[in-house]
Amino acid sequence: MDFGAINPLTLIATMIVAAMPVLFAAIGELVVEKSGVLNLGVEGLMIIGAVSGFIVAVESGSAVTGLFASVFAGAALALIFGILTQFFHSNQVATGLALTLFGLGLSALLGQSYAGIKPPSFPYPDFGPLADLPVLGLLLFRYDALVYFSAVLVVAVWWFLGYSRAGLALRAVGENHDAAHSLGYKVVRTRILAILFGGACGGLGGAYIALIRVPQWTDGVTAGAGWIALALVVFSSWRPFRVVLGACLFGGVTLLQLNFQAVGIEINAAYLSMAPYLVTILALVAISGSGRRAALDAPDSLGKPFRASA
Amino acid sequence: MTGMFFRAQEISKSFPGVKANDRVDFEMATGEIHALFGENGSGKSTLVKTIYGLAQPDEGRMWLRGEDYMPRSPQQARAKGVTMVFQHFSLFDAMSVAENIALGMDQPPPRARLSEMIANTGERYGLPLSPDSRVGDLSVGERQRVEIIRCLLQDPDLLIMDEPTSVLTPQEVDTLFATLRQLVAEGTAILYISHKLEEIRELCDRATILRGGRVVAKCDPKEKSARELAELMVGRSFSAPARAASATEGELLLEASGLSLPPVSVFGTGLTGVSFSVRAGEVLGIAGVAGNGQEELAAALSGESRASGSLRLDGVELQGKGINERRRLGLSAAPEERLGHSAAPDMSLTENAYLTAAVRMRLSPGGIVDWSAARSFAESVMHSFDVRAAGPFSAARALSGGNLQKFVIGREILQTPRALVVNQPTWGVDAAAASVIRQALLDMAEDGAAIVVISQDLDELIEISSTIAVLNGGRLSEQLRVENVTRDELGLLMGGAKGLREVADAAA
Repeated sequence: MDFGAINPLTLIATMIVAAMPVLFAAIGELVVEKSGVLNLGVEGLMIIGAVSGFIVAVESGSAVTGLFASVFAGAALALIFGILTQFFHSNQVATGLALTLFGLGLSALLGQSYAGIKPPSFPYPDFGPLADLPVLGLLLFRYDALVYFSAVLVVAVWWFLGYSRAGLALRAVGENHDAAHSLGYKVVRTRILAILFGGACGGLGGAYIALIRVPQWTDGVTAGAGWIALALVVFSSWRPFRVVLGACLFGGVTLLQLNFQAVGIEINAAYLSMAPYLVTILALVAISGSGRRAALDAPDSLGKPFRASA
Repeated sequence: MTGMFFRAQEISKSFPGVKANDRVDFEMATGEIHALFGENGSGKSTLVKTIYGLAQPDEGRMWLRGEDYMPRSPQQARAKGVTMVFQHFSLFDAMSVAENIALGMDQPPPRARLSEMIANTGERYGLPLSPDSRVGDLSVGERQRVEIIRCLLQDPDLLIMDEPTSVLTPQEVDTLFATLRQLVAEGTAILYISHKLEEIRELCDRATILRGGRVVAKCDPKEKSARELAELMVGRSFSAPARAASATEGELLLEASGLSLPPVSVFGTGLTGVSFSVRAGEVLGIAGVAGNGQEELAAALSGESRASGSLRLDGVELQGKGINERRRLGLSAAPEERLGHSAAPDMSLTENAYLTAAVRMRLSPGGIVDWSAARSFAESVMHSFDVRAAGPFSAARALSGGNLQKFVIGREILQTPRALVVNQPTWGVDAAAASVIRQALLDMAEDGAAIVVISQDLDELIEISSTIAVLNGGRLSEQLRVENVTRDELGLLMGGAKGLREVADAAA
């Protein structure tokens, strides 16, 4: 065994990159859940975002155009979920699961002729001499633009939920939709907007995998990242900064698997591939086991259908 | 009309199958407290929702200060100076007082300024509140303060209050009335919805009475007796429950000692060392403000929760025994929530009857459900308690609150348990059905059963109990003979005094 082969700085940097898809999807789902909607279709949103981003990037020759397409596609798919659950009062759990299955199937169909193609590369901002700084250069200034965007997004979501009036209204809708309705807040409109935001973020997370992380299109390229994102929202007790922490943790576990293989630790690869999912399950058990606190943080109307009573 | 501050003319509103408001005329002057009352389903809620912009009428017009008034949303209503305090508070448990108040305002000031305003308004009207506390941690009375201050911060000209006192102690009611009188003196008009007739007589200047969506009477409530008002409301006379004069109490039947239980929900209250004893023929009333452990006590007695301590029925230890085992031994319970707790909303009355009566009425001999026996049991409940429904095949959800409550209580009574625990037996039930239910409980006691009634309605408890104890913060006060205790003493116990000695000290 040679742990020396693992450079801790490289490890942290790659860990952050590995965390990105889950981070985008989870921060979107966090906003959705804060508004009281449980969308289990994150995996479907991600894979649709991945395939449409990939196709548009290849056809247009621009990875950035591809990203915009993925945001749009994710939001469009989420809108289907929003219309079904908010206007037709379909069951959120069943609809979310159906969304995932639909997304996986549709993406396989759309992506058929794109397997094996290399997408256009994504721009990296040039920090000039900063990137050559020892330690900090590698740690802070050599990422793709989306990593910096994710930082802005997390801070924006944190500020929005905690300090803006619209964010307060969104939390109110998720906390007690009947009370929010009786005070004159538009429950359904708020939730649709949150669902659209969640879809856009999920799509972006998926595109990150297919365009930057892998970068390639294969069937089921998201490989369950959407489920991890869902678990992460609970794991973080619906707090944006904890989502970042959790995403890095999961990113790290995914990476360790690769690094272990690189340094030649003899573990069956199947066990290592299981690791992120096992950690997810353990995290969920640990959270729900501590009962009171988690229950306190969960939006009270989460997953409950809303019907305006006259 | 000078001074006619608010007027509604010929307001009609229909929902599928119901005419909720039928050509309602109604008016209010500035600086008056106007009572609006009627039974459940009489159209009160629909009318006030119309005034507050939550519902739009099919027909009719309204005027405010002589101008046309037809709010499309609560925001528009608030902009015209109309605010409302809801019966089921429109509060958010996980948020702070300041956040809750900001949510009810259209242009909330910055946080620091808002906290200052909350403190100032609170001081002016005697409603102290800390802006940073989490609403879920507050008592019910404090929550109502949050609602009221939220309204007051918008300088309302018309304040609508929907059943504001149903969850308050008598002392809290006095404080509330003082606040309301102060507001009226400052020129605010108050629309006061209640079914507590004594309160209306004490507080209100005029009253409008609704029945079946129509205005059936307008009067000065101070000139009528509570009985006359009740008969106007129900549209016929009915008798108050009568306790048999010769009621005798037999041997000790149900005895709890040192029952303790952690809270069932995050914001609930656990039980600490609850002890009481009930004799055959005795009705023990358990008073207390909501959220002081009532739900937990009901669950500990029924067997839904495993409490520590001891609970004996006729000397037999019930701890460790489940719900059905307790039923077999003779202790039955009817929980508070009609739809979803004591009855499964989408199941028929026959199925609902089977669910609790299977054990005592032997409705599933050999593990096979005897549906014809279940149906005839459901029919006998419907017959004995005058439950109005299309038949035993009706879904529980389809029944009105009063009828379903008669069914779930009657279902337990007809199983002739030796002891019965009921939680809020007449909550949200019309006056006539409530009197049927109370009479049935008294009759059952007379036949030698031990009865525990958990209720927040002090008048109800004083009417039917032989002994009374108060639940506060999960602790039960000493058990007092109902004839030896006054409403004020009970109120102080509900507010947290430890026992009668402390009450006496407080009075001194």
